[in-house]
Amino acid sequence: MESLEQIKARAEAAVPGAKIDIVANPGPSQQSSLLIDNEHAVAVAKLLRDDPALRFDFCSNVTGVDWLDRTVKKTVKVKKVVDGVEKDVDETTEEKLPGYLEAVYHFYSMTHKHGPVIIRMRTADRADGARLSSLTPIYRSAEFQEREIFDLYGVRFDGHPDLRRILMWDEFVDYPMRKDYREPDDYEYEPTPHDDVLEKAKQHYSPRPQLDGAENITAQQQ
Amino acid sequence: MSEIDEGLRSELQRQGIWVTSMQELYNWGRKNSIWPLQFGLACCAIEMIATAASRYDIARFGGEVFRPSPRQADLMIVAGTVTKKMAPQVVRLYNQMPDPKYVISMGACAISGGPFKTGYNVLKGIDRYIPVDVYIPGCPPRPEALLHAFMELQRKIDSQKLTGSEKATHLDSTQPSEFPVPSFGAHDLEPPANPDVFQPPKIERT
Ligand code: SF4
Repeated sequence: MESLEQIKARAEAAVPGAKIDIVANPGPSQQSSLLIDNEHAVAVAKLLRDDPALRFDFCSNVTGVDWLDRTVKKTVKVKKVVDGVEKDVDETTEEKLPGYLEAVYHFYSMTHKHGPVIIRMRTADRADGARLSSLTPIYRSAEFQEREIFDLYGVRFDGHPDLRRILMWDEFVDYPMRKDYREPDDYEYEPTPHDDVLEKAKQHYSPRPQLDGAENITAQQQ
Repeated sequence: MSEIDEGLRSELQRQGIWVTSMQELYNWGRKNSIWPLQFGLACCAIEMIATAASRYDIARFGGEVFRPSPRQADLMIVAGTVTKKMAPQVVRLYNQMPDPKYVISMGACAISGGPFKTGYNVLKGIDRYIPVDVYIPGCPPRPEALLHAFMELQRKIDSQKLTGSEKATHLDSTQPSEFPVPSFGAHDLEPPANPDVFQPPKIERT
């Protein structure tokens, strides 16, 4: 299989204007991926499927990822004049990075027996109307999995033939796989809850019934 | 219909006279032909199928006739995870069963949500909407456990009274035989539990 750099160059040559980045994966799996901009994703996917050297004809998996808003703190040493003396002072800047939702596709080639190549698409933000373009017109097997991403993450896929909820009921309004989703508080807690669960469980505690005063007698005897 | 003296009965039996009561005859017939409703919801259903097959053979207890229609069933074995999307259908099936009807809640999932207890999509026990007669713990319970529950149910049926203040609920016209079907809400089922049959356990702690 061609390296990701070669595939990227090939796609950029064939699809003018496509913005493709390589997202490195420094983990043990070393599975880096291609980040493709939303407008050209369909054209790039078509190239991946149809190019005789690539022929990624099998979409094995589509999944969603939720990336929350982040604040990144940077500390820079700056020279400043304090009381007439020049000093090195640490200056901290905070940068707010907006969150986004991501769809990740794994493609293999049955013809050439190679793969996977992983591509990602990112929405502009995590708002309710976050959009991506659907790859179902290129890979039919993406249909249900894109519906699942819509159901659980709330990504709307433009060009999807039948975008409805697939696991939850139609009247449901939340997106349960988002990191800020809170499930209904309707279960009993384990006898020894701790941390966050303890905080939630405490709301269900009722005060102990009044004892008959026996504990006071023991206290006096001591 | 009153109770027969055991000593008198065995004495008569020795003389070749068999004495019984309407209640005994009625319960004997009912308890030996409990027809379960044929449906399974998750992995526990596989154990239920094994119980029905030749090795464990629920037919020995008169429960082999799994009916594909609720209108011919006496027993609902809730075998598996009840998702919130499935719960209204399970309650509706229960409502369509004719009286007298019984429910076995099979496995951790049907009792409390089991391994999926903290999940957003799983009902935390079918007893939130319908009354349950026998609970079987386990994940999944073995076929022997289901047979044991079945025999427990037979014991329960055997002890049901036909008359008097403690008569069986299906003979008491003031007791409901249908329960409200929950509807799909924006965040959860509406209502999340039927307060007439289910009260959340109180945790007493300081
Ligand atoms: S109790 Fe265990 S075996 Fe039974 S349905 Fe639940 S997960 Fe499956």
